[in-house]
Amino acid sequence: MSDRHILSLGCLGLVLLFVASLFIGAGDLSFRTIANGEMDGEALRLLLVSRLPRTVAAMLAGASLAVAGLLMQMLSSNRFVEPSTIGTTEAAGLGMVVVTLLAPGALIFVKALVAAGFAIAGTAVFLILIRRLRLKSGLLVPLVGLVLAGIIQAAAHFVAYRADLLQSLGAWSSGDFSMVLQGRYELLWIGAMLGSVALIAADRFTLAGLGRDVSVNLGLAYERVVALGLVIVSAIAAVTVATIGSIPFVGLVVPNLVTMTMGDNGRRIVPFVALWGAILVLGCDVLGRLLRYPYEIPVSVIMGVAGSALFLMLLARRRTAHG
Amino acid sequence: MADVAASQRRGELGTARPLILLALLALSCCAIFLTIGAQGNWSFVLPIRAPKLVAMILVGHAIAFSTVVFQTLSGNRILTPSIMGVDALYGLIQTLTVFFAGMLFAANSNSMTLFLVQTMAMIGFALALYGTLLGRGARDLYKLLLIGVIVGVLFRSLSGFLQRLIDPNAFVVLQDRLYASFNTVETELLTVAAILIGLVTLAFWRLLPQLDVLALGRDTATSLGVDPVALMRLSLGLIAVLVSVSTALVGPVTFFGLLVASLAVSLVGSRRHAETLLAASLIAVICLVGGQTLLERLLHFDTALGIVIEFVGGLVFLAIVLKRGIR
Repeated sequence: MSDRHILSLGCLGLVLLFVASLFIGAGDLSFRTIANGEMDGEALRLLLVSRLPRTVAAMLAGASLAVAGLLMQMLSSNRFVEPSTIGTTEAAGLGMVVVTLLAPGALIFVKALVAAGFAIAGTAVFLILIRRLRLKSGLLVPLVGLVLAGIIQAAAHFVAYRADLLQSLGAWSSGDFSMVLQGRYELLWIGAMLGSVALIAADRFTLAGLGRDVSVNLGLAYERVVALGLVIVSAIAAVTVATIGSIPFVGLVVPNLVTMTMGDNGRRIVPFVALWGAILVLGCDVLGRLLRYPYEIPVSVIMGVAGSALFLMLLARRRTAHG
Repeated sequence: MADVAASQRRGELGTARPLILLALLALSCCAIFLTIGAQGNWSFVLPIRAPKLVAMILVGHAIAFSTVVFQTLSGNRILTPSIMGVDALYGLIQTLTVFFAGMLFAANSNSMTLFLVQTMAMIGFALALYGTLLGRGARDLYKLLLIGVIVGVLFRSLSGFLQRLIDPNAFVVLQDRLYASFNTVETELLTVAAILIGLVTLAFWRLLPQLDVLALGRDTATSLGVDPVALMRLSLGLIAVLVSVSTALVGPVTFFGLLVASLAVSLVGSRRHAETLLAASLIAVICLVGGQTLLERLLHFDTALGIVIEFVGGLVFLAIVLKRGIR
């Protein structure tokens, strides 16, 4: 199958999920009422204020998180990293705690901005740490990331504990679309826009992924490209944390599955990574609404199980050699 | 190789001194914890503080022993039971029992039988999973480590997932168990815990010579007449008991074992398990009791000890990895 075929098939799947997502949930809204033109104001309001924004939010978050994961993997030349396993997401959560503590009334945009600042710092620390690793083992890099994430998480817990913000921190660290309403998710569009920047600059990131020496040799402004990638990844993580909370493993699983079949050419695979990210997260959200109907299971819980299981499978597949 | 040289230089007497110092320090921490700020009636103060102190000593000892022995089994100083997800496994087993037995346990919750059943299940699962993981030998250590970490994440996610499906009333029961802390120790459980930990300690004490031999490497151990596979099975079972007990008492603490074990090795620098185990156990008591006293009495933080340990332990882990790589 050519790229075009796969892409159109994926789009078809996404459209089907999109429609399903509009009509699945605790509120009463069935496809038949709309088809028969019997829609009253209440149903329309439910559709426009809750279901549609929720569906769009899931797609945006999934697509941008998957692209952020791909970028991070290129920047650190390692397949097993993504924002939530290297401290970026945790640092954004810490930023949210700190800004809520210092300026409780600040706009969500301002809070996300501060969170992005923290996320950039956290990711930079990770990149510095892995440059200093003496043993360049492909698996030591994600390990350092996971531990760094744990340390930042502990710091966030400590501050939140002292400031009685543990409950809010819980909301930021576990992604959930049930609170998404019109007017509460639009920040995610910024993440999607940054994701498109990644598409435009994809060839540069692909080069940077070959390592510093090679890319400088090929005439790439390596430090500048890395800095750009750092900002994009951190901002995507920050807007996701600020609006819906973190969703683990999306950025890890999706790019790995795509590159496994399509190779590493960034410009070619970015659209696919975004598409499959959207499908995965929206699918998990719909599943979460169905599993214990009419109650909901947060998308982060489902992704935690599915993502870690897939991660283990990827690890088992990996040849013991370098990867 | 540096350890060998160091232990030869220090000799028998050299390692005794740090141990005595540690013991004195641990004792004074306990004494301070019991007496600081205590006014008036001792019959009121003691029943509140003593169980807490006993719980901390038991947990510290259990974590120290399980970590040091686990590191010998894996032939590495950076693998610990909690990093490899053993206590996450215990959380999953707890969740599973409540999930399948539901209100049955919540209604007539006899925590003793429940605890014993869970410990048995824990031994079985730990043997099956970690026996296979470690059994192949530490050929690709990073892979083993990463698999362990992700297995832990998977267990925690599965528990979280099941907890969402559980009946809310049963969940309250579970929550009390999963989020136990030193401030809410069950006295009933404490006796069983003490007995179990005592028995396991005795068993390990008898295994000490064999563990010393195993530390020389698998092949050497086999040629010296120690069966590494049998020893590993036995020790893993004992470790599973220790982890169950400590997790049941205070919940999971990821990096504490690593912190304690690396401190013990660098302080005592001995290849003999008797000394390392003793030192690790004493250091654990000092960290827990001293840390709790410091946080609770001087800084007035109540239950933050776990968080602080997580933070410091994580930093120690990074420092080890960055400085030496993994040996």
